[in-house]
Amino acid sequence: MYHTIIHKTDYNYDVPVSLCHNIIRLIPRSTNKQFCKRSVVSIQPEPDVLIEYDDFFGNRLVYFTIEKEHKNLSVHVLSEVEKLLPVNEQLPQYNNYSWEQVCRLTHTVTPELLDVKQFITPTSMTMADDAIAAYAGQSFPAGRSIFEGSKNLMNRIFKDFKFQSGFTTISTPLSVVMKERKGVCQDFAHLAIACLRSLGLPARYVSGYIETIPPPGVVKLIGVDASHAWFSVYIPNVGWADFDPTNNLIPVSQHITIGWGRDYDDITPLKGVIMSSGRHHLHVSVDVQRTM
Amino acid sequence: MVSNIHSTSILQDYLSNQYSYDEMLGKDGNLRPHWEAFFQSFNQLGNEEIHNRNSEIARLLKENGVTYNIYGNSAGLNREWNVDAIPFLISKEEWKKAEAALIQRAELLNLLLQDIYGEQRLIKSGIVPLELVYNHTGFIRQCAGIKLPRKHNLVLYSADMARSPDGKLWIISDRTQAPSGSGYALENRTVTTRVLPELFKGLKVRHLSPWFDTVQHSLYELGSRHHQNPRIVILTPGPGNETYFEHSYLSSHLGYTLVQGNDLMVKNNFVWLKTLSGLEKVDVIIRRVDDIYCDPLELKADSQLGVAGLLQVIRSGNVSMANPIGSSVLENPGLMPFLQNISKHFFGTELLMPTIASWWCGQPKELRYVLSNIRSLVIKRIFRGTSRSTSVDGASLSATQVNELKQQINKYPFMYVGQEKIGLSSTPSLINGKIEPRKTIFRGFLVSNGDSYAAMAGGLSRTSADALDFIVSNQSGGHSKDTWIISPEPADTIAVAKKPVESQSASSKGILPSHTAENLFWVGRYTERLLGNTRFHRTVIQFIAEGNRLMMDNDIQTEQVLLKALTHYTFTYPGFIGDDKEDILKNPWPELNDILFNEERTGSLKYDYLLFIRAVHAVRDHWSTDTWRVLRGMEEAWATVKDTPTPGHLKTQHVLDSLITAVVAFIGLNRESISREQGWIMLDMGRKIEQCLLLTSMLRATLVNKFDDQVDYNLQEAVLISNEGLVNFRYKYRSLLHLPLVLDLMIFDTNNPRSLVYQLDRLKKNLSNLPKTTGDQSVSPHDVIVSDAYVLLQGMSKEQLSLLDTEASQYLHLDEFLSKMYDQLSEIQRAISNTYFKHAELQKQLFSTDDEEG
Repeated sequence: MYHTIIHKTDYNYDVPVSLCHNIIRLIPRSTNKQFCKRSVVSIQPEPDVLIEYDDFFGNRLVYFTIEKEHKNLSVHVLSEVEKLLPVNEQLPQYNNYSWEQVCRLTHTVTPELLDVKQFITPTSMTMADDAIAAYAGQSFPAGRSIFEGSKNLMNRIFKDFKFQSGFTTISTPLSVVMKERKGVCQDFAHLAIACLRSLGLPARYVSGYIETIPPPGVVKLIGVDASHAWFSVYIPNVGWADFDPTNNLIPVSQHITIGWGRDYDDITPLKGVIMSSGRHHLHVSVDVQRTM
Repeated sequence: MVSNIHSTSILQDYLSNQYSYDEMLGKDGNLRPHWEAFFQSFNQLGNEEIHNRNSEIARLLKENGVTYNIYGNSAGLNREWNVDAIPFLISKEEWKKAEAALIQRAELLNLLLQDIYGEQRLIKSGIVPLELVYNHTGFIRQCAGIKLPRKHNLVLYSADMARSPDGKLWIISDRTQAPSGSGYALENRTVTTRVLPELFKGLKVRHLSPWFDTVQHSLYELGSRHHQNPRIVILTPGPGNETYFEHSYLSSHLGYTLVQGNDLMVKNNFVWLKTLSGLEKVDVIIRRVDDIYCDPLELKADSQLGVAGLLQVIRSGNVSMANPIGSSVLENPGLMPFLQNISKHFFGTELLMPTIASWWCGQPKELRYVLSNIRSLVIKRIFRGTSRSTSVDGASLSATQVNELKQQINKYPFMYVGQEKIGLSSTPSLINGKIEPRKTIFRGFLVSNGDSYAAMAGGLSRTSADALDFIVSNQSGGHSKDTWIISPEPADTIAVAKKPVESQSASSKGILPSHTAENLFWVGRYTERLLGNTRFHRTVIQFIAEGNRLMMDNDIQTEQVLLKALTHYTFTYPGFIGDDKEDILKNPWPELNDILFNEERTGSLKYDYLLFIRAVHAVRDHWSTDTWRVLRGMEEAWATVKDTPTPGHLKTQHVLDSLITAVVAFIGLNRESISREQGWIMLDMGRKIEQCLLLTSMLRATLVNKFDDQVDYNLQEAVLISNEGLVNFRYKYRSLLHLPLVLDLMIFDTNNPRSLVYQLDRLKKNLSNLPKTTGDQSVSPHDVIVSDAYVLLQGMSKEQLSLLDTEASQYLHLDEFLSKMYDQLSEIQRAISNTYFKHAELQKQLFSTDDEEG
């Protein structure tokens, strides 16, 4: 099964910009669940410097500068991704490791676990206050498997929180999201990660897409108009398992991963610094089509 | 048996603290050998001479403007640096051991740094816990894989050392991010050798200059991979930083340009210095800005101290940084217990100098130990945060505080370290003319010389504020000392004041970062503002003091016009023209005192003075020693009225007189000593612009209304006095004051250095001497505006300007002319700033998610 993704980001500036430096993380990475066949990045105006490399977490990034005056900037990325689906689109069989066992496991040192351990400590964006820690505890009673606990947490966030765009920005503290019980996909992913990390469990922030129009008979999901985000939990012997709290869904065929990090900051889709005193206007569009 | 020097000398009051090691006295109470020679000479000076010399130190430091800023305390800004006359002595034998230990530790930390950002073998093999490194704010993931193409990534290193009760030196902390203090050490040495030259020579103290030569050589080597004559800059957070003095001091001593983040820019994957002449490529950056502030693109997004894109240039190998971004990961007390094993891993040997005993709470056993011994330990976080209290003495806590701390530790144990408290050694210090023991710590400095590290033969010693104090820090008061390594190596006899050998200073000549240019421009403006305001205040006060005695109607009217003019001139509205002006005009002294001495009030004389001083400090490496003495004089003038809320007009006039003399001396010294390059031009342009603005504003506030002849006469006289024009007037016109002639002198006279036309001429000349930055355009915008100002001036004559309106109450043309001229001058100032102060360009964040959904 193939997906074609067209992600367009367009800026207009009131006052010409003399210099800009940007970093984009919009090229889907290949994993054991997907293969990125190709990804074409077109930037207008033509960048003066363009460098592509893998970051600390193995995500592909593109750094570019535009060093002549410009009033518009467009970054268009076209990607083709093949989903490597389990037979019959069945959920993978997860083992029954209890969450406490996972906590203890991470005290040992093996190469795989070393990579996992860096996702346990909360970052400033995923810091749990007392209310969040208490919220987390309800999904993880003693002895429950890590998989069931995470699924339960996803489920509860979906039910307890209202999806409302415009209420939060990326700098809204999680405590506010927790208190007001509303936000968008980034907030829900950060909240789940904060919950898991407050218990000493490893959790990652995943940035990606979901398909725009679902196949007949499948519910249209939230988060199709821009890049989407969800969380991932480490399960021993299985690896990282994804959960989408915005849609109360374990991603299988409709989700395409761009990359991951400890939180949004590690995998910001596009960021930049411009030399300008004026305002800027932004237009983003995402189209994800299933091609086979 | 106490030696005879001891018993009969100034040392008789010295009571050593028996619980700790004493640097000077052995257990038997005798002087240690390396101190004996010192005190033999010191004692010969006699009490009085010692006292004199100690005062001399204080005077020299003040005049050199040595400061140490204390964060979070505005009164502490530019607080003085204290140096004690008695140096900290280290014997030749002990230094040899310490030097080897420091070099070993620098090598070790360098390997650790390279491993953390490289293969991470230490983490993979379990020698260093991942949590200890990854949770440290100094672990910058964006720097993984970056390596300098030579043996050492850690270019500069310094370590704080202290002596335990058994007399052994211990390392208590490592400085690897931007080690500070070497400049202070050099300044301490300069001062101490000037004050105690015979002791310095007699004891054969080792010199500091070879170390600074190595620093220069090493940075040159680092830059030579980019350019055969590399440009080296010191990146400072700016004058608000606690060690800005040192940044500026090292910049002049080493001959490197001092820059702030917005002086630099990244283009074409290189770093460029924005100068008045255009962009100049930068090859090496000596970093005094903290890691995460260095690049708002990849690191802290709201940082105004860094350069967007800097990290990518480093990654591409197009600029070198000392020390590299990410090196603060080593400033981690949690690493201390692991260093012994790291040393065994890399060298197969143990550390030559022990580290203060530390327990990292990330391990269960250590956590238990720290929790149960919390009251006898010092608890630290693994990194120094922005808050000041990152270190807390367990013994100082209440029961509740201990519980809170324990909870914190239990929540994130890997963030905490317990450290043993060590009893610092005592060293003799000169306190109020007596020699008393003070606790000491000593900072050593190292620099990579390519193959190994070179240690400075000396260092920075600091002492506690009182005899039993446990905390030694310049943040909490206390003194510093020069550090003498007694008895030189034969090859080490180079003079202290040896000049830099590299050609860097030649290449940076005439290069003026645009930030510095702007600061100099503002020094110029504030100089004239201070001078103009002081003179006008003096004129008004003198008039009131005399006029009140006469009580004539026209005197009262003159007085009121002058007071109102003062409000306009100083922008201290509402002042003498507000709604309640009648009362205020009747008794002007409270308002006058306020606009003179209230430093909180915008536009007051004290406020202008502080603006001036701040601007002067921001470009402190431009002033000579004599200039600092003059600045000191200004401070003393202010000090005379410090504790008197209403000083009275005589005392006030005295202050104003002293200030005027000092400002004029400041201007004169600059004219005599600053070479006529771009820096001078900026300074002079600032002065000229300000003089023009002040003059137009004063004329407009005093002369555009027609009063009776006596009042007119008084006002014209006041204008001339305030502009040093009365003598010129009498000499030139040999007549009574008369408006057309006054205007002729102050506006049109090309020979009067304080006339408007004279200032405009100078301004034009200055502008023509600056590099053109408009590229193919031959006329800059400011040239056009200056020409317009000329046209405005030449289109007028003194007769035209002296024409009255029909009601014979106002000089309409004069008012209109002055108002237009003022606008024109403001335009010139704006154009200069747009053309030359490019760093002022705003830097903004761009996000993909202003309103991201999903």
